[in-house]
Amino acid sequence: MTDLSLQGLSKRFGDVAAVDDVSLEIPDGSFVCLLGPSGCGKTTLLRLLAGLETPSAGRLLVAGEDVTETPAHARRFGMVFQSLALFPHLTVAENVAYPLSIRGRPKAECRARAEELLALVQLEGMGGRRIHQLSGGQRQRVAIARGLAIAPRLFLLDEPLSALDANLREHMQVELRQLQQRLGVTTVVVTHDQKEALTMADIVIVMDQGRVQQVGPPMEVYRDPANAFVAGFIGTSNLLPCELGEGEIAVSGHRIALDPADRVKARPGAAMLSVRPEDVRIAEDGLPGRVSFVRDLGESVQVMIDHGDREITALYAPGARPEVAVGQEVGLSFAPGGRVVLPA
Amino acid sequence: MSAPSEKPTPGWLAALPAAWLAVFFLVPFAIMLGVSVAHRVPGGFYEPGFELASYARFLTPFFGKILLTSVALSAGAAAICVALAFPFTVILARMGRRAQTLVLVALLAVLSLSEVIIGFSLSTLLSKTAGIGNFFAWLGLIAESRAYTPSFFALMTGLCYLALPYAVLVLYPPVSRLDPELGEAARIMGASPMRAFWTVTVPMLRAPLMGAGILVFVFTLGVYLLPQVLGQPAHWTLSVHITDQAIFQSNLPFAAAMAVLLLIVSLALVGLTLLLGRDRAGAA
Ligand SMILES: Nc1ncnc2c1ncn2[C@@H]1O[C@H](COP(=O)(O)OP(=O)(O)OP(=O)(O)O)[C@@H](O)[C@H]1O
Ligand SMILES: [Mg+2]
Repeated sequence: MTDLSLQGLSKRFGDVAAVDDVSLEIPDGSFVCLLGPSGCGKTTLLRLLAGLETPSAGRLLVAGEDVTETPAHARRFGMVFQSLALFPHLTVAENVAYPLSIRGRPKAECRARAEELLALVQLEGMGGRRIHQLSGGQRQRVAIARGLAIAPRLFLLDEPLSALDANLREHMQVELRQLQQRLGVTTVVVTHDQKEALTMADIVIVMDQGRVQQVGPPMEVYRDPANAFVAGFIGTSNLLPCELGEGEIAVSGHRIALDPADRVKARPGAAMLSVRPEDVRIAEDGLPGRVSFVRDLGESVQVMIDHGDREITALYAPGARPEVAVGQEVGLSFAPGGRVVLPA
Repeated sequence: MSAPSEKPTPGWLAALPAAWLAVFFLVPFAIMLGVSVAHRVPGGFYEPGFELASYARFLTPFFGKILLTSVALSAGAAAICVALAFPFTVILARMGRRAQTLVLVALLAVLSLSEVIIGFSLSTLLSKTAGIGNFFAWLGLIAESRAYTPSFFALMTGLCYLALPYAVLVLYPPVSRLDPELGEAARIMGASPMRAFWTVTVPMLRAPLMGAGILVFVFTLGVYLLPQVLGQPAHWTLSVHITDQAIFQSNLPFAAAMAVLLLIVSLALVGLTLLLGRDRAGAA
């Protein structure tokens, strides 16, 4: 059991609060994606978990045990660095077995375990090679195998797939996820690729400016963003300033009645309406707009509509392509249940 | 990452270093070889000829001991310099940009001091009348001031002072380029900071460490002033005797023969070191 408990974890570099009062509970065996824009503190939070940075404040509990003061080498974690940090002076097998050999395990055991781990990441027979004789994807697997060598209590990865090309990245996403499920190891992956986070994770943690903005399963974060930042950051959202009233909202003076399935997280008054492109519908009447662009994306059709100085995106399945032309005046409505009213 | 493919280097470009090597190294060496087998005219100079008398003279226990002294002194200086320079450089590379620049400038300033200045400064500093002996006596550590020079200690101090900046300058680029994430990775995987240093940092810097050692060894082998200023006659190295024979005894053939032998011995030692280093790498 390695559930994780972060209690008010903070890290300051001078005036910069890289990680600001983060409190979280992560259940055992979950696959967590840390998601956020560049510089939001993802790497710093991961390094705090690993014990490579000392927190300015807060505590970290692993399976109920306080490890805040435990040095990195005594935590029994595994980690894959963004640069991979493989040892060029060792062979592939020696790299993978390093966590064992540093603990003084016998040579034979190290060799056997290295072979087993290399098989796990489909690199059988490559143990004798040097790191520089491997391709980028193979190095990635060596780093993953090395991180898992001692059956870590917690597996940390910092943008492990960012250096790979799109095809290999998708392939490795699936492999990493399957591997994690097979081993059941609690895993935290940093990524700034939201698609990666949505496809791999049990839990997504969205960060901005050192603070956690939302925690939850991917679909929940996608469908039900906690605030305008998350709505704008995850997927594409149409964000429209509105006025929240009793059971209805007004967008630029145009009243829209709310459905019980719509989510309202703002207090009456100025608010922000968030609608996913697939929930925008073009009709005869409704919110007025003018079609500015129509694009066929293959699996969907995208229609851009100018509404005042805002551009609203609508997404249709290819079969349901609306009969509109660029420049045409249209009305817009939003599917009941697809409307999220957030604090402004 | 692979280097971008470039146009092949034109062949004549390789001739440049070859010519340089020939003019500045091979030709003087050939002249020295020629002189070393020339016939010495006692009380005069030398006349061309071929005889091995100068080499024969060297093959005595007396000169054998001198050769041994030279090699031992230089090897000792190399070991001490690398042992001091390595941690120094590791700490230096972790300091801020400005601090690093300041330290490196100070180090380069030390390089501008000549052997003569270092020799006589140290000899004053370690002397009885004006040296640290007075300070120790004042502190009450010793009863009365004493001289610490000439001695083996004084000579080794001088050699290390002279060579340490070179060792640091050789080690600095590779040490500062070392990815700190490698050490961090080792720590996460269970290595204490000390074990991480010995299992990752040191092995990765083996080549520069050996390079620094060899540089100090070869460099101090040629030092001929410090042993006379700071050492006792028993510490006079082959370089001192070569200078003595060439300048004061006017025995150029013997000086040349000793120089040739010194060159051969040091080349052999350097080669051996590299070979041993390579074997260890292969076995690991
Ligand atoms: N060692 C440090 N000293 C000073 N400031 C730092 C240090 N490390 C990080 N920071 C600052 O902390 C903030 C968060 O950095 P961090 O590396 O955690 O971001 P990140 O989310 O990983 O970004 P990216 O996606 O670009 O990797 C940044 O503003 C950064 O400038
Ligand atoms: Mg980062």
